[in-house]
Amino acid sequence: MTGADVSGSAPGRAPPAIELRAIAKSFGHVQANQDIDLVVEPGTIHGIVGENGAGKSTLMNTLYGLHQADAGEILINGAPAPIRSSADAIGHGIGMVHQHFMLVPNFSVLENVMLGSEGGPLLAEGREKILAILEGLASDYGMTVDPHALAGDLPVGLQQRVEIIKALKGGARILILDEPTGVLTPQEAESLFRILDTLRQDGVTVLLITHKLEEIMAATDNVSIMRQGRMVGHRATRDTNPEELAELMVGRKVLLRVDRGTSSPGETRLSVEQLGCVSPEGVQLLDDISFEVRSGEILGTAGIAGNGQSELLEVLAGMRRPDWGRIRMMGTEITPDAETDPDETRKRGVAHIPEDRHRHGLVLGFTARENAILGYHRGSATGERSLIDATAVTSHCEKLMAEHDVRPPNPELRARSFSGGNQQKLVIARELDTRPDVLIVGQPTRGVDIGAIEFIHKELIALRGEGAAIVLVSVELEEILGLSDRIMVMNAGRLVGIVDRHEANERTLGLMMAGIGAAEDAA
Amino acid sequence: MSDFALQFILTLDASLRLAAPLILCAMAGIFSERSGVIDISLEGKMLAAAFTAAAAAHLAGSPWIGVGMAILVSTFLALVHGFACITHRGNQVVSGLAINILASGLTVTIGIAMFRQGGQTPLLEPAERFGPVEWWLTDLMDHIPLLGTVYRELISGHNVLVYIALLAVPLAAWLLYKTRFGLRIRAVGEVPEAVDSAGVSVYWLRYRAVIIAGILCGIAGAYLSTAQGAGFVREMSAGKGYIALAAVIFGKWRPAHAFGACLMFGFLEAAAGRLQGVELPLIGEAPVQLILALPYIMTVLLLAGFIGRANPPAAIGEPYVK
Amino acid sequence: MSAAPPLPRWADLYLLPALNLLAAFIVCGLIVLAIGENPFTALGVMLKGAFVFPGSLGYTLYYTTNFIFTGLAVAVAFHAMMFNIGGEGQAYLGGLGAGLVSLSLAPVLPGLIVIPLAVAGAALFGALWGIVPGYLQAKRGSHIVITTIMFNFIAASLMVWLLAGPLIEPGQMSPQTPKFEPSGQMPSMQWLLGLAGIEIASSPLNLSFLLALAALFVFWILIWKTRLGYEIRTVGQNPDAAHYAGINVPRVIIITLAISGAFAGLMATNEILGVQHKVLLNFTAGHGFTGIAVALMGRNHPVGIFLASLLFGALYQGGAELDFEFQSITREMVLMIQGMIILFSGALVYMFNPPAARLIARFAARREAANV
Repeated sequence: MTGADVSGSAPGRAPPAIELRAIAKSFGHVQANQDIDLVVEPGTIHGIVGENGAGKSTLMNTLYGLHQADAGEILINGAPAPIRSSADAIGHGIGMVHQHFMLVPNFSVLENVMLGSEGGPLLAEGREKILAILEGLASDYGMTVDPHALAGDLPVGLQQRVEIIKALKGGARILILDEPTGVLTPQEAESLFRILDTLRQDGVTVLLITHKLEEIMAATDNVSIMRQGRMVGHRATRDTNPEELAELMVGRKVLLRVDRGTSSPGETRLSVEQLGCVSPEGVQLLDDISFEVRSGEILGTAGIAGNGQSELLEVLAGMRRPDWGRIRMMGTEITPDAETDPDETRKRGVAHIPEDRHRHGLVLGFTARENAILGYHRGSATGERSLIDATAVTSHCEKLMAEHDVRPPNPELRARSFSGGNQQKLVIARELDTRPDVLIVGQPTRGVDIGAIEFIHKELIALRGEGAAIVLVSVELEEILGLSDRIMVMNAGRLVGIVDRHEANERTLGLMMAGIGAAEDAA
Repeated sequence: MSDFALQFILTLDASLRLAAPLILCAMAGIFSERSGVIDISLEGKMLAAAFTAAAAAHLAGSPWIGVGMAILVSTFLALVHGFACITHRGNQVVSGLAINILASGLTVTIGIAMFRQGGQTPLLEPAERFGPVEWWLTDLMDHIPLLGTVYRELISGHNVLVYIALLAVPLAAWLLYKTRFGLRIRAVGEVPEAVDSAGVSVYWLRYRAVIIAGILCGIAGAYLSTAQGAGFVREMSAGKGYIALAAVIFGKWRPAHAFGACLMFGFLEAAAGRLQGVELPLIGEAPVQLILALPYIMTVLLLAGFIGRANPPAAIGEPYVK
Repeated sequence: MSAAPPLPRWADLYLLPALNLLAAFIVCGLIVLAIGENPFTALGVMLKGAFVFPGSLGYTLYYTTNFIFTGLAVAVAFHAMMFNIGGEGQAYLGGLGAGLVSLSLAPVLPGLIVIPLAVAGAALFGALWGIVPGYLQAKRGSHIVITTIMFNFIAASLMVWLLAGPLIEPGQMSPQTPKFEPSGQMPSMQWLLGLAGIEIASSPLNLSFLLALAALFVFWILIWKTRLGYEIRTVGQNPDAAHYAGINVPRVIIITLAISGAFAGLMATNEILGVQHKVLLNFTAGHGFTGIAVALMGRNHPVGIFLASLLFGALYQGGAELDFEFQSITREMVLMIQGMIILFSGALVYMFNPPAARLIARFAARREAANV
């Protein structure tokens, strides 16, 4: 076992609050966690950072018994603790605050807290006890909340407070928080960290899952870094810095050099002015975004996932209505009043390679040939006649597959049966085939093997060479650096800055992504 | 006392009799649906129970054995529904529909095989039925004008299942709102993940809710054939299960509100019965069919948000996958 | 329990539906046995009654016609992942549409004009009764299942009112319209084949059967050959991707329900124009619900729907024969079989998946081992 090697704990002290040894977990073909070792000292705030999809949530759900590891061992306070259900985890004094709140919105705070620990068959019996616990937590940690308010009516920060109360109500000494600040305002986040600090002083062990580096630096004692399902490092927070963490998180993938050639930007094809977007819950997703993209230019958008890039892509593609600002693109004008739709946007020469090919880019139950016309089924690919020309569709798909190296080149195969890389190549083939004037592309190589990555990169460069204006969103910093002519960095829905490629390096971008740097630093 | 007042009291009395099975079924539907399981099989369970109750009451000579057997059969069907929807994550509407059609076919098929009366059960003797329960002092109360009539017709003189139906409402409300079980049922229909994460089994909770629905539909069915009627007639549930479902929705999945909806729907049916062929001032002939369709029309309008809003339990219809 | 291996396509397409159907029939057989009759004898009687006796095939195909229409109605909605449980009401309204055309035009126009218009009337009225729930689902978020159930009952009330009131045959007591003039009646198959010199036994089979076959073909074209069909299937399989592809999802849902209702409405051409020649109460006789069983069994494919309709046609016709042959089992047994089929082919459709998949995987592994 290598657990002790990475712990840094000296013998003779209290056993670690949590120790994980060689945890592995896969879902189907996806290896979500692999060979994970982790040691968390009692009474500390321990951060776990990693990009979206690095396997942090999977690991925490395993620890909380929501699913079981395929291999490995869990020790709580030094003793082996087989955790098969959340009830087991609760029994071991573990409480969890999930990324998506598990509150019943039409229940009162009191009812939500009571659920699962009612104290007897009649609610009246346990009510006083829970009220006392609520009062105790309020006075001990400053977690005040009206027990009779409806959970759904509370602001997000207070809802989260209820979740923390739920986790602590049974006297939990280990608290897991999964991306707790993702939906919070800065003020709410600040109050959360004050509460966590009080908890730590009281001896509670806190596991903080996040992808926000400033939170790690500000709030934690130790930090572990995950990448692609593995643990890639453990640090004492005071011995590290955001740049190192960013580097560890993003990793240094051996990326094949792309010959970008020289760019000769032409006229402006896309301009965005003061774009803003708010979620139904009232969270500011995009805030005051302005930029321009010219013909023959790739504008890379860097940022740690979840900082507004997805929403930006959706607004540009006509899939989401902006709440403020305006977008001008190939004769289309998108404003909050003049909506457009993806079909109209596409007809004006704008193509969109979506971030999530399973959710948006493909219909997995359809064959490749049916997917080859998704979004273009009213166009020439389906023939000129009133019925879809099956031969035309098949030959269109065969052409796409041949030109873009989709394997196996079988139009009758269902999209589900292709590998991730070939699924992505199929989407890219479909979107590039019209030689669009503007291309909006998100995570073009996510979950794609090295060979396909190179191919996809060359295709994007070639399209730029033809004069297309390209907006590229990627969480892979190397991809951004390899492809972009200019780089825009987003953090918390805002634009941190736009820098020229030759002025950017991983360090400057890393700082900007963490929201620390500013545009002026690089300029 | 005026004739109108008497007519009105008698109509209310009939409303209550017509509403009783609706009330029982609506409470059944509330439990099932609050737990997240759509129940369009109220109709089928009630029909199967009606047949069972009549058959068992006839064979055993006691309506109580009839009710008991009816509950068993209805609960069995409820478990089939649970097995399909909870264990095998089948489509809840398809499963409910299957049970409704099965009940239509099975009651008549078995009825013919058992009694050779074209799918009916033999006419039940008074001892095999639930008769009216006359309350104390009815004769004495008769001397009080109006109140005496109300007491005799409306409060006293119903069969015991009517009173059980009336008791089912506060009992359901108490279970749902005052007990641990109810809290969990309400939670599991909204956010099953929250229940699971609190360490409580989602499946077992839903099974229990479905079983309660089975028991209540069993009583409702017994009411049709051994209390309201004197024996089973084919298709005797006649869409009452669906009206009860409408009442559940109209009552926004709350016992007291659904009870009100059942009384209203019962009143509409009773009124329609009395207005058949009656000429009304201004309107002309009473629009009986319109009155009968009102429960459905109002439910559609409510669901579409034209009159208030009915928000179903958030997790309804979705099988829970861990 | 470990995750079952994926099922081969042939097993998914043929083996599992067969297993589900078999399970339904086995349970029904056990019930027949419990009643004290021999299930195989009963099956024999039903088969003879459905196919062998003179004229029986005509009756079987007449029932089949109804089920094709209502099955298609359910299937087209299923392709958009919409559950239209309102085929019953839509067919009922279809009867009204057909009847109104025939009653008003047949006295003055020849059949060649009246019949197509009456068919269109049936489809149109059925479609209208589908559009409203479709609109309420797409734009107001009302659950399509509940709305269509309610619309079945509203249709029933409406028809009682119309047939007992404004449309009742003058001087009659029973709630039904006057009989249509001959030019408002769908010609019988016996007549058509007689023109070609082919003699068949008398049966209710009429030209609606050919219309049903045409509807199967139209359905196939619509779903797999048209752009609209492509949109319907995309909305059903992945509404997010449909939105990405620029498909107006609410619009497609409304159109789908209109088509669904139209198919259901066409059932009336068989019952009303072809057989009854008047509009009467409850002529739909639960066939709208049978359509759900047909679509589930036929896996929403025209060939499957035809075969399932034929099966149910045979069950209904053969079931009628049970009344003559047996004391203790009757045609109502068909309802029980139908219920079992919906249960096993619908609600419990996945029950046999994991065991079958494991069995096939083990078998394949053994064969592979033997080959080495």
